[in-house]
Amino acid sequence: MSAIQPPANRLWWKEPIERIEITWVLIAFVWSMVLFFMMPYWHVFGSQNLANEAYKNTPEKFTAKTQEMVDKYKVREETGLNDQKIPVVHPPAGGDVYLIARLWQWWPILELEAGQTYRLHLMSMDWLHGFSLQPENINIEVHPNYEHVLTVQPTKAGTYSIICNEYCGLNHHTMASRLFVTEKK
Amino acid sequence: MAVNRMFRTCPTTGLKFHQPAEALIRWNAVVGVVFLLVGGILALLVTLTRWQAVHLLPPDMFYMVLTGHGLNMLVFWIIFFEIAVLYFAGSTLLGCRLATPKVAWAGFWLMVIGGLMNNYAVFIRGDSSVMFTSYAPMGAHWSFYLGLILFAVGALIACFVFFGTLAVGKAERTYNGSVPLVTFGAVTAAIIAVFTIASGAIILIPTFGWSIGMVPSIDSLMYRQIWWAFGHSSQQINVSAHVAVWYAVAAIVFGAKPMSEKVSRTAFLLYILFITLASAHHLLADPGLTSKWKILNTSYFLYLAVLASMVHGLTVPGSIEVAQRAKGFNRGLFEWLRKAPWGNPAFSGVFISLIGFGFLGGISGVILGTEQLNLIMHNTLYVPGHFHATVVLGTSLAFMAITYFLIPVLFRRELAFPGVAKWQPYVFGLGMAIFSLFMMGAGTLGVPRRHWDVSFSGNPLGFEFPGTAWLMIGLLAIGGLLAIVGGAMYLLVTVYSVFLGKKIETPGFQHVTAKAGMAAPAPAAAPLTGYGSSGHAASASGTFVLAMVFLVSFVLYYFINWKYLSTVWPLR
Repeated sequence: MSAIQPPANRLWWKEPIERIEITWVLIAFVWSMVLFFMMPYWHVFGSQNLANEAYKNTPEKFTAKTQEMVDKYKVREETGLNDQKIPVVHPPAGGDVYLIARLWQWWPILELEAGQTYRLHLMSMDWLHGFSLQPENINIEVHPNYEHVLTVQPTKAGTYSIICNEYCGLNHHTMASRLFVTEKK
Repeated sequence: MAVNRMFRTCPTTGLKFHQPAEALIRWNAVVGVVFLLVGGILALLVTLTRWQAVHLLPPDMFYMVLTGHGLNMLVFWIIFFEIAVLYFAGSTLLGCRLATPKVAWAGFWLMVIGGLMNNYAVFIRGDSSVMFTSYAPMGAHWSFYLGLILFAVGALIACFVFFGTLAVGKAERTYNGSVPLVTFGAVTAAIIAVFTIASGAIILIPTFGWSIGMVPSIDSLMYRQIWWAFGHSSQQINVSAHVAVWYAVAAIVFGAKPMSEKVSRTAFLLYILFITLASAHHLLADPGLTSKWKILNTSYFLYLAVLASMVHGLTVPGSIEVAQRAKGFNRGLFEWLRKAPWGNPAFSGVFISLIGFGFLGGISGVILGTEQLNLIMHNTLYVPGHFHATVVLGTSLAFMAITYFLIPVLFRRELAFPGVAKWQPYVFGLGMAIFSLFMMGAGTLGVPRRHWDVSFSGNPLGFEFPGTAWLMIGLLAIGGLLAIVGGAMYLLVTVYSVFLGKKIETPGFQHVTAKAGMAAPAPAAAPLTGYGSSGHAASASGTFVLAMVFLVSFVLYYFINWKYLSTVWPLR
């Protein structure tokens, strides 16, 4: 009987399985296991794993921390959309750096050193935003009220872009910023 | 209690249609196609805007149209059609009456009202451009959420009418033994639908409360987690439903028997057990969840649901191969495939759907759903590239294919423009394959999804994407336009056939007593003559070779992406 009719054999679950079919099931199962174990494997042997470190926080506290960093380590300003002045900060290597996502701006602009590690704190002040570092292509969801702490290590000096890739309203497409990486000092 | 037992028997297929069921199948399919038309027009506008050489719409219009496109296609078109599939797989395939037709109509109207209300919020009010996902704390008008809730309640009612129909068939003994495999697939879809809709209610009802000021706030992470238990699981309803359609078309066109009932049904069971974990696919780049949670859930518990899809990927074409070989197309590995009815859109549509879903949608889905690989693709065009391959090339094309069978059988009209119908799956399939492929390509280069202007014109801090990305955006637009032409061909054929097609005279409905509707007693079981349920001697060696080609592509592409990941900044 075909697939639109009841099975001809009432005891269909007792039928033997054809060799080709069972072979494929086994191959597919083994491949599924490979797919699964690649993820824990990369946690042990790979270097690109998203941090599990996150805290509940409020916009006020996060802004205060960021402002503190800007006051201490501001090196210059860049001009953004509509002639907005955005501070560029060069925080000490190995330290904590903060990046605010808000409608429709990343604040401030970070200047990091290649080969150094930083604890990057990400948080949104309002809606969801998407941290998308180009052309490196690292993409992370940024939530309001959740402070996400990543340990990053820029590899090459250069000028990078941070764009928003989570839809955040009418001017979503204008939300773009820079990230500078300088040679190790 | 008066029970409607009006049945007609289709002279070409021998299927028994129950009058209220037939009306409901027709109306659900027709309304689904109307939403497809709306969604298709919106698709054209989205494509012409993202193709920045044209850049048709201003940003506010673009985001509004994109919101409407997602909802009308992914929710309204697909679910209306799925309800039609459920009633067909329940009432028609079991030859039994539909349970509680009046309740089914109530569900239908709730769905219609819900769909209209949601579109009202998006297009007429214009203050609900929050995308298909409507992530809180970005808020829409309350009618946006209420529309979705009403629609979901209607769909839930339809699921229970379907379950009731199964009980009726069992009680009135309209069939022998177990339900057909296609019905089993539909049961899978309906069970997943209940879970899905419950998740939708859990998140949309408080969000509705929030939109009218009754709930103080909605946590963004909680919203995403529960919303995706609705949003992703509803794609799993689609998978179950379109796999059932694959089996149905293989049975209708070739008389194909499942290679093994046991294997195919177990694969459906794996969907029910594990596919609901897929919410995690969307949270891999989110804070606040542990890697342990992400890995176990994103893998559908050790990839057992992926295993299920890989099994169906072999057993559907395998059953076709066995049926073709039994007819004498036995030469070499692929004569069965070469001599398949490529001019029959029901077959070509299903076959293109199967290949497209597997090679483009399936593989990219696993890549996207791998915890670490997600980092280099999250929210890029890779995501819509993936799901257009699964849900459009896979589900929508399979549904289009079965329509070509249903028009003469269900609407009793001849298929109009057979030449157009013959080419439609190729045009649509090719267009959608190009579209998906280049979207994934652009996504790999970091081009974001849901973005009005990836040139960042006038923005001193903007980013300049490489020329390759722009080339891919151009190519995906051409693929998209081709797919829209394919969609228009489908609409032309179906709408014209249903309303103006040449009528096929068939015997009408007749009153059938409950006893007359009972299935003939099953003949004594024949001894097993071969392997599996099809009892065949021939094997599916050609299909196995195709499956190995699939596996090799999968393995290569999977590890290429790990290689790519290993070059980005170290992160922990």
